[in-house]
Amino acid sequence: MNRILLSIMRKEFIHIIRDPQTLVIAILMPVMMLFLYGYAINLEMKQIDVGIADLSATPQSRQIVERLASNDFFNITIINPDYKDYEKLFKYRKMRSLLIIPVDYAKKIELNNKVQLQLLIDASDPNAANYINNYFSAVIFEETIGINHRKINLYSVEPRILYNPDMRSANFFIPGLIAVILILVSALLTSIAVVREKENGTMEQLMVSPVHPYQIIIGKVLPYTLLGYINGVMILAMGSLIFDVPIVGSLLLINFMMLIYVLCGMSFGLLISTITDSQQIALMATLMITMLPTVLLSGFIFPIKSMPDLFQYISYVIPATYFLEIIRGIILKGNGISELYQQTLILSGITIFLLSLSIKKFKTNLQL
Amino acid sequence: MSENSYTVEVHNLTKKFGSFIAVDNISFSVQKGEIFGFLGANGAGKTTAIRMLCGLLLPTSGEATVAGFDVYKKSEKIKSNIGYMSQKFSLYEDLTVRENIQFYGGIYGLTRKEIAQKTDDLLHYLNLWEQADQLTSALPLGWKQRMALSVALLHDPQIIFLDEPTSGVDPISRRNFWKLIYQLSGEGKTVFVTTHYMDEAEYCDRVSIMQEGKIVELDTPKGLKSHYKAKNMQQVFLNVVNGESK
Repeated sequence: MNRILLSIMRKEFIHIIRDPQTLVIAILMPVMMLFLYGYAINLEMKQIDVGIADLSATPQSRQIVERLASNDFFNITIINPDYKDYEKLFKYRKMRSLLIIPVDYAKKIELNNKVQLQLLIDASDPNAANYINNYFSAVIFEETIGINHRKINLYSVEPRILYNPDMRSANFFIPGLIAVILILVSALLTSIAVVREKENGTMEQLMVSPVHPYQIIIGKVLPYTLLGYINGVMILAMGSLIFDVPIVGSLLLINFMMLIYVLCGMSFGLLISTITDSQQIALMATLMITMLPTVLLSGFIFPIKSMPDLFQYISYVIPATYFLEIIRGIILKGNGISELYQQTLILSGITIFLLSLSIKKFKTNLQL
Repeated sequence: MSENSYTVEVHNLTKKFGSFIAVDNISFSVQKGEIFGFLGANGAGKTTAIRMLCGLLLPTSGEATVAGFDVYKKSEKIKSNIGYMSQKFSLYEDLTVRENIQFYGGIYGLTRKEIAQKTDDLLHYLNLWEQADQLTSALPLGWKQRMALSVALLHDPQIIFLDEPTSGVDPISRRNFWKLIYQLSGEGKTVFVTTHYMDEAEYCDRVSIMQEGKIVELDTPKGLKSHYKAKNMQQVFLNVVNGESK
């Protein structure tokens, strides 16, 4: 009994080591995605090209310009453009925003009158436009306090940013990336490993041997679970060492959760392998079923609450939705099981459901 | 278990897929040490019949015992007592010759010692010493085929099912393959073989010809040839399939 299982697992490890496709999926792909999301995709904005039309040209107005110039967020590329060029400069993307300081700026400040500055923003990227607007407002607000600090008593809000104080994208993306990579890799490896045997006719050879379907499933799933799990550890380690993502919570708990989640991915893969006989189709189907919903609908990038109702419902059945809350909770907030038991239960439930369904389908498939 | 229980006995075996009758009420029995040929055009039901006998497929009705075990209830026992080799080459190409032998030995529950012994025997027998640690994909097809058969025999089964074992193999390899089959039959193993090649049908002790799920002829090649007044099995087969008068 055990000897049979060991034989299958040993063979599976040999496949893993010798198959370039498996190695690419298991090692190259995660590393590539890690660097892509860690470095290239960045939600922080810096060095935004802006223009300033200082029509006032007074010491007072220059003070605003200096304040903007000293801010890392802005990169002042255009100063005092000709009125006729405003639109052209936007169209050629020389600037994404233009601040116009009116001619009578200094005079009105002296007289203590209300001054209106004009801000033009390119909102072809609305998200960026929002950022720009907020930053400008903040800078101008500081300037106003500077001018008025003796005269008016203003209240101020002192933010204290929790769990990711520097608001780094990497801290948000890399724990999330574990959710994307683990499900993709584990599902892909399993489905391909099973379908390859069908394609090569070796599955039939296994079926005529006295090997029990459970032995085939366990013998196949265990090595790939291990591989998927090592993958998770690898991303975690690289995230921590290369991208300085702090791991606040318990490593033990992270590892435990990763195992459940990998098992979930395996079950997906097994299920897919029962409906197709071709590695190509298995590859496509796995990518479609795991990658798309996990990246788009699980809260990996976009908040679930801002999606249309239909997508919100879909997100409830995506394992990554729960795993993301778990992994971000543990890594960034130091959550323990008491804060995460709900998500853990649902994730385990989905896993058990998928696993039993795929085993059932796998067995009937074999007996056909 | 008594000697003559190691045979195949089939009574009124039928397999339906929906309304399609793949195997229609076939009956025959195969004796120990016999080379039993299964002929028929593609889709005649040969493979379905073999799959039922190997415990891969449950029959719709009828009875069959293989090596003395009932196909409905004892498919696990059957699997331990048969060897199977299909038209698809079924060794792992990314494993070495030795690793393949070790794997198949392992899943048939052989001990490590037995596997080591069998590996030595097989490499010697197949004359594959030098290739033992090469990937199986590097072997010529004829060698792979002989190796696949040998691997299917690792656990010393009494009955061997061969589903078009020689398709795509050159004539010399085919002849070598048949030498192996004769040797097995000489050792008292029952060989159940389907084939497309009519010259191979001549090598069988008895031949059955299937058509549309039914066994339409069952006799020795010699008997069939005289019955159809044909000079070779090719002619017999064409006569049967075209439904020409005897």
